[in-house]
Amino acid sequence: MNYHWEWQVFLRDDGSGRTYIEWMISAWGWTLSVAACAWVLALLIGSLIGTLRTVPQRGWQRVGDAWVELFRNIPLLVQIFLWYHVVPAVFTAFKDLPAFVLVVFALGFFTSARIAEQVRAGIQSLPSGQRMAGQALGLTLPQTYRHVILPMAFRIVIPPLTSEAMNIIKNSSVAFAVSIAEMTMFAMQAQEETSRGIEIYLAVTTLYVVSAFSVNRVMAGIEGRVRVPGTIGGGK
Amino acid sequence: MNKTSILIAALFAAAGFAAAASAQELTGTLKKIKDSGKVVMGTRDSSAPLAYTLGGGQYTGYHVEMCDRILDTIKKQINAPAAKTEYTLVTSQNRIPLVENGTVDIECGSTTNNAARQKQVAFGLTTYVTEVRMAVRANSGLTSINQLNGKNVATTTGTTSVQTLRKHERATGVDFKEIYGKDHADSFLLLESGRADAFVMDDNILAGNIGNSKNPRDFIIAGEVLSVEPIAVMFRKDDPAFKKAVDDAIRSMMKGGELDKLYVKWFQSPIPPRNSNMNMPMGNTLKGLLANPNDRPMEDYAKK
Repeated sequence: MNYHWEWQVFLRDDGSGRTYIEWMISAWGWTLSVAACAWVLALLIGSLIGTLRTVPQRGWQRVGDAWVELFRNIPLLVQIFLWYHVVPAVFTAFKDLPAFVLVVFALGFFTSARIAEQVRAGIQSLPSGQRMAGQALGLTLPQTYRHVILPMAFRIVIPPLTSEAMNIIKNSSVAFAVSIAEMTMFAMQAQEETSRGIEIYLAVTTLYVVSAFSVNRVMAGIEGRVRVPGTIGGGK
Repeated sequence: MNKTSILIAALFAAAGFAAAASAQELTGTLKKIKDSGKVVMGTRDSSAPLAYTLGGGQYTGYHVEMCDRILDTIKKQINAPAAKTEYTLVTSQNRIPLVENGTVDIECGSTTNNAARQKQVAFGLTTYVTEVRMAVRANSGLTSINQLNGKNVATTTGTTSVQTLRKHERATGVDFKEIYGKDHADSFLLLESGRADAFVMDDNILAGNIGNSKNPRDFIIAGEVLSVEPIAVMFRKDDPAFKKAVDDAIRSMMKGGELDKLYVKWFQSPIPPRNSNMNMPMGNTLKGLLANPNDRPMEDYAKK
């Protein structure tokens, strides 16, 4: 291959006293921040909504259904634009929020719908006897969920949750469309300025792979440590 | 006839064949156009009035019309008058890769000719000179970039204006927050919706977007000139035959006054879709270029 590699492009100044590699690391920080904040939001809300979809009261079930259907049926990029352009125009309270917060809401709620479905699947894969036994012991329904059902359900759904955690890192790349200075925007702008697209995109791809794979390994570690051998999610 | 005259006749015939063969030996893009029967023009969707879309796959603009005429001349030149022109939308990010890999034969949009890009592509003679300025709301009272301390400034990802702003920030110490739109229409929307206090971009793009907006009178182009940039059409490097063909066509349009008329049509008269008038008389730099065309990059203009 006679492409002339020029890796020193990363040490070049980008016009403001900062080298391209410093800019890339800063962009990586933004990617990880957006992903981490959105993940926390998604996990909390997703677990709640997923649980709501399995409770016996129809009212709560409907709330859960509505949430999931709303955020599952709209593409992520469209949701980001809705949060960034439409919501601040309609609900003026949101006008002064920084773009970062709006992107975290968009990404978080989108992922929460998916997590809700996974948690629901985990709960419903348990034998119904578990809930009945819990209530027969005198536990209230919330207590049964807290002490009996959810511990087992979460252990079951750790693999799909790992996928979602990796997805949220990759999906954070759509934040470039609303001016978050994350890695995809860095790649596009730096490629235009330096004309060294191959080196820039290879470096950014490597960082995405490293980030997603680290999340993968962390979740695998968690999976190993919380495993309870002999229970429904515990077998090797 | 004796043997000598037969030999001479044969030599003339051979020379005639050789001449005919070399006259038809096309290379590079010219060969591609002749063989495939079509030429792909890359163009933009919101760089009015240089190149923009009217919807429904229709593209128009100063550079689009100029390129249509250039390509007509070239098609006649290579004896392929039936070759079709295919219009393809390109963006600031993908215009250079698409030209390099052969998807687009000639890009007629609003691409600045600068030294870094000349390493990857070639440019025709400069046919437009743009100045980077800012658009603000008329009632904001902003008249200079230096008043933007602490404010939000919008610009489009993948354009030279991003780097210009960054250098300016460093040079003058003015600290503003940059917001990036993903294309010119998006960046203008940031200004319109109030997320940005100023939109920094080439003045013709500012004028085009203001002209096409809901209330053009709410916006003005203000501020000092941050950068003078020559805009030209773009095509593959290392293809001297195509460059010569394009340059010759542009030169003849300049000498014949055709480009002047085209300029008036797009910059000083009502243009679709809203019949707005850019009201931008030709500046001295461009007048000088029409008299003495060249394809010098942006860096040469900055040295002045």
